Amino acid sequence: MPEAEFPTKMFAVKITDLIKRYAKGEEALKSIDLTVSAGDFFALLGPNGAGKSTTIGILSSLINKSSGSIEVFGYDLEKEPELAKSCIGLVPQEFNFNQFEPVDEILINQAGFYGIPRAEAKQRAEHYLKKLSLWDKRKAQARELSGGMKRRLMIARALVHNPKLLILDEPTAGVDIEIRRSMWSFLKEINQAGTTIILTTHYLEEAESLCRNIAIIDKGVIIENTSMTSMLRRLNQEIFVLDTEDVIDDLPTLQGFELTQVGESSFEVSVAKESGLNRLFSALNEAGIKVLSMRNKQNRLEQLFIDMVGEKS
Amino acid sequence: MIKTYWVAFRTLIIKEILRFSRIWVQTLLPPAITMALYFIIFGKLIGEQIGDMEGFRYIDFIVPGLILMSVISNSYANTVSSFYFSRWNKHIDELLIAPIPNWLILAGYVAGGVARGVIVGIVVTIVASLFSDLSIHSYGITFLVFVLTSVLFSLAGFINGVFANSFDDISIIPTFVLTPLTYLGGVFYSMSLLPEFWQTVSMANPVLYMVNAFRYGLLGISDINLSFGIVIILGFTLILALYAHSLMRCGVGIKS
Repeated sequence: MPEAEFPTKMFAVKITDLIKRYAKGEEALKSIDLTVSAGDFFALLGPNGAGKSTTIGILSSLINKSSGSIEVFGYDLEKEPELAKSCIGLVPQEFNFNQFEPVDEILINQAGFYGIPRAEAKQRAEHYLKKLSLWDKRKAQARELSGGMKRRLMIARALVHNPKLLILDEPTAGVDIEIRRSMWSFLKEINQAGTTIILTTHYLEEAESLCRNIAIIDKGVIIENTSMTSMLRRLNQEIFVLDTEDVIDDLPTLQGFELTQVGESSFEVSVAKESGLNRLFSALNEAGIKVLSMRNKQNRLEQLFIDMVGEKS
Repeated sequence: MIKTYWVAFRTLIIKEILRFSRIWVQTLLPPAITMALYFIIFGKLIGEQIGDMEGFRYIDFIVPGLILMSVISNSYANTVSSFYFSRWNKHIDELLIAPIPNWLILAGYVAGGVARGVIVGIVVTIVASLFSDLSIHSYGITFLVFVLTSVLFSLAGFINGVFANSFDDISIIPTFVLTPLTYLGGVFYSMSLLPEFWQTVSMANPVLYMVNAFRYGLLGISDINLSFGIVIILGFTLILALYAHSLMRCGVGIKS
């Protein structure tokens, strides 16, 4: 995926010492420091209640912070709120549009709130409604849309003012795989066009396939902040599922590999990174096992995520 | 930035007007029917038995108060229901994330309330003209009091919308506070009919100043000093505007 070009190396988001304490004393964020580069596709992951939505809520001005500072493309969110906010588009987790408003009006109004005159707002609404396959539903009330359409409506609404930073909080929750894949390709497209994207998701496969950098938050603390590549490099053991041509009566013992039969003609094998797959296949060949297909048992990022969050708890 | 503010403000007003126009059967029609009934029952049937009040036919005397009553209740109802619904449904987020300051959000909701107050006021005035000899003594005072009252009660509705936690909460104030204040604010009678003690008590009712100032605008008569009345209305408007803005700034009811 080609990197978008920016005139200077710039932070899309710079969060410094961000703390959020709720009225009852619960500390949702404990001094968060986080930077997201302009043009990045950034994953913010964490278990439920870790502080992802609170961070995003503060970043998008929906939640008051207790202390700390946030800059969006160099604009201080507290001192220059209008300039900072004009850079942000938000796709929240929950549907938060007026269910009784027609679809096109939701977009036209949102553009208007960002100072886009009505005539231009109508053109932009048409562009994004067509782009997200909602044009036929433009006069329908939002409540009449299906779940997937509502998600797409929220993406269209977040993009209608052409934000430099798009924040997506669980954008594909509850949508079927086909729509999810089409959303992924759309998000990749707008990221390639230069929009910085911050994504939170429970589908770790989504984060792995879309994001270049990643932060993991747990109990209000950033426990990891690195590139996706270096994150995945840490995984030193992977489990594969192999399907064989013949029924396996007796699974052989292969030195250096742990094999577990999971079906008549399939088994799992745990492969340490240093062992390599060539040695595995040579050993299987010698044992007379013909492999038809092979797949990862588990999403790699998911394994790391569970390891990391599990370690801390 | 001024252009952005202006476009955003216009968008908010258009959104609000479209909102209450879409449900005109709930918002614009009932005041017309209610007022027609008031004019028929209190103005014609009972009013003709009452005779003149302060030198005017009773139906002509109550017209200013009834028009203002519609303006008050509709301006209030518009902001309280619209703002509370936007909180309940969470589409207030659309405004909170946008690059517009809190005062502009407040101004937009108030302008929406004023728009509905004005439209309902015009509808009710048309209905009134069918039953009474409507005339305007002072266009300036009539317009000023009409708009200020609408602004004041739009602000009051907004504050109610901030604190409401259920749909019941948005009808408690109109039922138990607004309606009694309006009925006891001299809509149907002249203050001079009350015993001295109740005249003094009535002076604490802000609606009394609005009704009388508006009556002055239409008929040229008032139970209170006009300048004092306008100062009172302006004072209440300013206090409520500052309070509503401070609620927005602190995020009461909308931010955690």
